[in-house]
Amino acid sequence: MRNVPDSLLRHDKRHAWIAFAALAIMLLALPFATDALLGRGWVRIVDFALLYIMLALGLNIVVGYAGLLDLGYIAFFAVGAYCYALLGSPQFGLHWPFWIVLPLGALLACVFGVLLGAPTLKLRGDYLAIVTLGFGEIIRIFLNNLNAPVNITNGPQGISMIDPVRIGGFSLGSTHELFGLTFPSVHLYYYLFLCVTLLVIFVSLRLEDSRIGRAWMAIREDEVAAEAMGINTRNIKLLAFAMGATFGGAAGGLFAGFQGFISPESFGLTESVMIVCMVVLGGMGNIRGVVLGGVLLVLLPEALRHGAGPAQHALFGKTLIDPESLRMLLFGLALIVVMLVRPAGLWPSTQRRRELSPDEDVVHQEQDTVYDSSK
Amino acid sequence: MDILLQQIVNGLVQGSVYALVALGYTMVYGILGLINFAHGEVVMVGAMVALTMTQLLAASGLPPLVILLIALMTSAGVCMALGYGIERIAYRPLRNAPRLAPLITAIGVSIVLQNLAMMFWGREYHAFPALLPHSTHMLAGAVINDVQIIIVLVALAVMACLLLLVHRTRLGRAMRAVAENPSAAALMGVNINGVISVTFMLGSALAAVAGIMVSANYGIVHYYMGAILGLKAFTAAVLGGIGNLRGAMLGGLLLGLIESLGAGYIGDLSGGFFGSNYQDVFAFFVLIIVLIFRPSGLMGERVAERA
Amino acid sequence: MKIGASAPLTGPQAHIGKDNENGTRMAIEDANAKGITIGGKKVRFELLSEDDQTDPKTATIVAQKLVDARVNGVIGHLNSGTTIPASRIYSDNGIPQISPSATAVGYTAQGFKTTFRVMANDGQQGKVLGEFAAKNLGAKKIAVLDDRTAYGQGLADEFAKSAQASGAQIVAHEYTTDKAVDFTAVLTSIKGKKPDLVFFGGMDPQGAPMLKQLKALALDVKFMMGDGGYTPKLIDNAGAAAEGAYASLPGVPLDQMPGGKDFSQRYEAKYKQPIQLYAPYCYDAVNVMITAMQQADSAEPAEYLPMLAKIAYDGVTAKITFDDKGDLKGGAVTLYQVQQGKWQPLQTMGGEALAEAR
Repeated sequence: MRNVPDSLLRHDKRHAWIAFAALAIMLLALPFATDALLGRGWVRIVDFALLYIMLALGLNIVVGYAGLLDLGYIAFFAVGAYCYALLGSPQFGLHWPFWIVLPLGALLACVFGVLLGAPTLKLRGDYLAIVTLGFGEIIRIFLNNLNAPVNITNGPQGISMIDPVRIGGFSLGSTHELFGLTFPSVHLYYYLFLCVTLLVIFVSLRLEDSRIGRAWMAIREDEVAAEAMGINTRNIKLLAFAMGATFGGAAGGLFAGFQGFISPESFGLTESVMIVCMVVLGGMGNIRGVVLGGVLLVLLPEALRHGAGPAQHALFGKTLIDPESLRMLLFGLALIVVMLVRPAGLWPSTQRRRELSPDEDVVHQEQDTVYDSSK
Repeated sequence: MDILLQQIVNGLVQGSVYALVALGYTMVYGILGLINFAHGEVVMVGAMVALTMTQLLAASGLPPLVILLIALMTSAGVCMALGYGIERIAYRPLRNAPRLAPLITAIGVSIVLQNLAMMFWGREYHAFPALLPHSTHMLAGAVINDVQIIIVLVALAVMACLLLLVHRTRLGRAMRAVAENPSAAALMGVNINGVISVTFMLGSALAAVAGIMVSANYGIVHYYMGAILGLKAFTAAVLGGIGNLRGAMLGGLLLGLIESLGAGYIGDLSGGFFGSNYQDVFAFFVLIIVLIFRPSGLMGERVAERA
Repeated sequence: MKIGASAPLTGPQAHIGKDNENGTRMAIEDANAKGITIGGKKVRFELLSEDDQTDPKTATIVAQKLVDARVNGVIGHLNSGTTIPASRIYSDNGIPQISPSATAVGYTAQGFKTTFRVMANDGQQGKVLGEFAAKNLGAKKIAVLDDRTAYGQGLADEFAKSAQASGAQIVAHEYTTDKAVDFTAVLTSIKGKKPDLVFFGGMDPQGAPMLKQLKALALDVKFMMGDGGYTPKLIDNAGAAAEGAYASLPGVPLDQMPGGKDFSQRYEAKYKQPIQLYAPYCYDAVNVMITAMQQADSAEPAEYLPMLAKIAYDGVTAKITFDDKGDLKGGAVTLYQVQQGKWQPLQTMGGEALAEAR
């Protein structure tokens, strides 16, 4: 029950329902409010934030729960995206429906997750990091080069004119009028992404409190001890890779449908690093923290894009440094400062926090026993 | 045959470049168990400072080697200060933090350094002046030039010096002690912070040397050059066994050879299906195979455990 | 009136992106200085320049931002990989987009009415380059190298096709990346195939060290690049090794165009650096757009779009008219060679654009 919001436990049921309803209304109204206040560009940014939250939650299973540093996570995103693109674009003339292609992409990513996991089971820490990094690059290089001798991925040119997500005859790629409201494409994708994100959060929550989740954490803390307790570390680690990859693959499919165009350059190493940053910065192993990390790292560069120029004007009366240079500079500084101030992440998991600072009670207990024995 | 020999020469030169940078990674890792992901950017700063110095001194009429020496001293100085600063600001406060926290600050430092360099030195690619002799020699059908010979020799010399330093000096003993057990070392009177600072400064001075060597060889510098170089060198260090000085050298040379032989012969070996576009796939594939059979690199782990 | 522009202003291609922005800005300032009247009112143009970081995802965010800002038209993006995903958003909102530098054939082949380019595409340029290599330079055995980017691979493949059609033999096809600086391995394996010409589909940051390494490996061949190589930086950075290298650039040499020389002089005076690459195309793109607005006597995208599609404009790079897809009609391409440390035009090939301009 650890991850159920505290408010749900502390207050009576009515309060909880009010909080829940307020959150639901806020989430439902978000695209319209954003559109009205900040412009449609920001709705698109929010869409991307949701995609990255899915990715960060997927990686959280591998890094946060099982403690395996994966620097090639974007590869699964790529697998899902290419699966969707190849089966729903003029590339092969296939236009399979979205509800077949998306699960297929997730499944394929899952298979790749096991493929990556299997040979790396024995590796630890930094060695695992470099192998996963290599795996990510291998996938990207294959995607970038499989246009010859047989053209499969269309190489660096990428795949364009990918079908938008269609549910029945209802295409999310165009504007619709519903219940007297106008829903542009970005709004529709927002609701789709929101549903999938909530599903991912739900699955993560259930996993965390399950036998599997506890097994992952046991491995993270002490692999040898976990094995001694009868945990099949091999299968449980593979499961972590597979689960994480599945989420990544699903997000990839959504990305391809949303963007309408994908090319290998979207799946580079910097993307993998960025997702690791989201997980660590937000707070490894804590779903709320990871969501926060995802939101922040997507919104921050964009907020700086809008704010860096005007802020300088306000402060100095003229533009001293190009806003675009300043933007990434401030982003880098923010990463450093946040980690210095909160080394365990912005919103660390309670369990991790206990590991970091020895629990007061335990200290007292230990002192007590020492005192007892000397008596 | 002369083509094969040429590919081996190419691989050794490229490998020495990787090894020079990898030695810097490994120094720090050997003591702290921390991957200094910003190392590649320090290499870039080293190259950039050297470029500025040579441009300033170009009109002075000094002989090229003197200019090079001054440029080397300045850029080593700047890099040492930078290394010290990075350690103090981004790593020291996080010494007892979760293992991944310094990784994020390192990424932050990389982004900051890259963007600062972009502001100082502009977005353009700059030509690095040819200060080292460039005359070419024929070696049984393969071509090699002076700069390339110098790079191989410098990499070997640097490794030898570091080995001497770690295993034969008081400072080296202190380093090994800190690597083995920081708190015990502190109890024995070792100034841990001092040793770590010195290690970072040494690693950064190495980065300056590497930066100048790389620039002299390829004749081109850019604020983005550190990222890819750092990645390759990191791979090399892991291949050899990160934290191990001989391993970094071996890993670097091996990676260079794998890349050049891979690029040269993959096409013929796979009947034309794969080409030099799969060069990196080949390199990573070899890395994965090596790590499956030797999970801590070819030559094993950290300096201290071997000493 | 707002004109949007987008190019990478950070990252490895920032120097070329900034050059694009400069060219665009100059055209807009010129137009403002001239004082343009549209719809009976004197108008001022404002530039909204955005950094797309060469990232397709960021490109769509930027595109949406420009759409939100109600730009009247867009000049950009720099790369095909960003131009294509962004074009869908501009098209959905009916905003005309003129790319000064995206060369992928796919960009204008999506069936959108809003996509234009003032640059020859890979198909047009690769064809001319291949013919020139095989016929004019008499190359029999050609080795092709590309950097595995959308631009490099597209151009190299079209080049190879055209060279083969003109009777040359492709003896090797090797690859590198757009971040590499060491090409000795692939060049050595090319050396083993004994070609008489090496073609590189890629940009100047790779071209310069590649030229040096060709010389260092004693590989005595002709060296040829597309427009990615035609930069003053290539000569600066490769030094003496650049001597004799060939590169192409769509359009007619600036010096031979009315207003061309004036443009390059003013550019250098204003930005204290020579033109890097695509600034003249950006300049033309803006002027084409403004001319269409004048002809339609409206800056409303829906109203001036039809005029844009059938425009005929004398730019500093070529006489600009579009075919039904929005590609530059005719697509003259000029070949240049480095002679005594300077790019010298050799020959302008293909295209009525040239004939009409002269």
